[in-house]
Amino acid sequence: MANWIPLWLHKLGSPPIFYRFAGTLRPWALALALLLGMAALYGGLVLAPADYQQGDAYRIIFIHVPSAWMSLFIYGVMALASFIALVWRIKLAEVVAMESAPIGAAFTFVTLVTGSLWGKPMWGTWWTWDARLTSELVLLFLYLGVIGLYHAFEDRRQGARAAAFLALIGIVNVPIVHFSVNWWNTLHQGSTVRILGPSKMSGDMLWPLLTMMAATKFYYIASLFGRVRADLLALESGKDWVRQIAEAEAGR
Amino acid sequence: MSRPPLAAACAAVLRRDLVLAWRRRGDIAMPVLYALIVATLFPFALGPEEALLQRIAGGVVLVTVLLAMLLALDAMFRGDIEDGSLEQLVLAPQPLALMLGMKILAHWITTALPLIVIAPLLAGMLHLPGAAMSVLLLALLLATPLLSLLGAILVALTAGTRRSGMLLALMLLPLCVPVVIFAAGAVSAAQQGLPWLAPVAWLGAALAMALVLAPLACAAALRIALDA
Repeated sequence: MANWIPLWLHKLGSPPIFYRFAGTLRPWALALALLLGMAALYGGLVLAPADYQQGDAYRIIFIHVPSAWMSLFIYGVMALASFIALVWRIKLAEVVAMESAPIGAAFTFVTLVTGSLWGKPMWGTWWTWDARLTSELVLLFLYLGVIGLYHAFEDRRQGARAAAFLALIGIVNVPIVHFSVNWWNTLHQGSTVRILGPSKMSGDMLWPLLTMMAATKFYYIASLFGRVRADLLALESGKDWVRQIAEAEAGR
Repeated sequence: MSRPPLAAACAAVLRRDLVLAWRRRGDIAMPVLYALIVATLFPFALGPEEALLQRIAGGVVLVTVLLAMLLALDAMFRGDIEDGSLEQLVLAPQPLALMLGMKILAHWITTALPLIVIAPLLAGMLHLPGAAMSVLLLALLLATPLLSLLGAILVALTAGTRRSGMLLALMLLPLCVPVVIFAAGAVSAAQQGLPWLAPVAWLGAALAMALVLAPLACAAALRIALDA
């Protein structure tokens, strides 16, 4: 049994080690995100053919769908980190959970905005009470609730624990909301007009989409690491390792 | 010193909260008055046309009751935190979840029950047909304790903070979406003469689950929020 993996993970939980680890990894993640993002945008906006039904308007999919995936993915990461933070009281997990929330909220917001921009030419309306749209809006409120609760406390660690608890309530709530909203919508208006189904997609449209998905993942890592590093410095401001970093900065 | 039996402790907490609420009867009347005002404003805003009011009556009454409960939710633990009796409850040998369950019950009796009593009046003002009235009352009977239980968790989470009014609304909205959907769904189904049992059954199932889990979650949240 490889013993170094748990040992390494254990070490990574310590703020100074994670600070250095995140510092070395962050530029690489950011560079990959930019590179892949450019490639995906080029592939999506220039190389991919226009849709036979939607023309060029469909190209917003290359922003919209990866953001929507990320909005759910980040909520999952946040809930997992929240669970770890509440059960084992690991400081780093609290920071990761709380710093994920604004990024997730931003992706959710981008999803809603691009969705309504897409909806205007396609469905003829900015907003419709479709089940998916409503769930995404509720997800945004969940994110905002977590962020709001975190900042309502004066003690940051206490705020992080309370908000982590809320994030866990939210992850129980998300499927319930999705199910009930589906039920609600089908009760009132039969089937919704869904012009574009994700069913069939040609390869030269698919690869930019998947590349953009990878780019958003790397962007999340880069953004999260940057935020976590700043937060760790603020949280541990009295500690020795932060003082050493501050002195090194001052000496330059 | 021997521990008082559990039932006696529950009864004591319940009686204390009810007596405290009774001493300040004006506060009980406030949510009812608020609901009355909100429901009165709708015909002014939308016009007195009976068909339109009939169509929206069930939803309006539900949302009005929800808002009125949200107004009162903020005060659920406030007095007890200020005079320190909530911390005594946390330290008490009895299970905290059970004691909080009693407090939630007292809160439901003092805020939601008057709203349910006045709901037929509100619905009548908006011309809700009599056939749907009983379904509305049934839905309210199931939905209001659910909202009290869910709200209590959030109130407990914000117990350590000072400004919590708007925050509470923001946090409660995602949780009450399914409750509103099913409660309003039952009423509108009854209005259209469709079977309304399924959404009511869903509400009942959710209430059964919340009755068991919410006091436990509330206790956990309170321990987090008060642990300074």
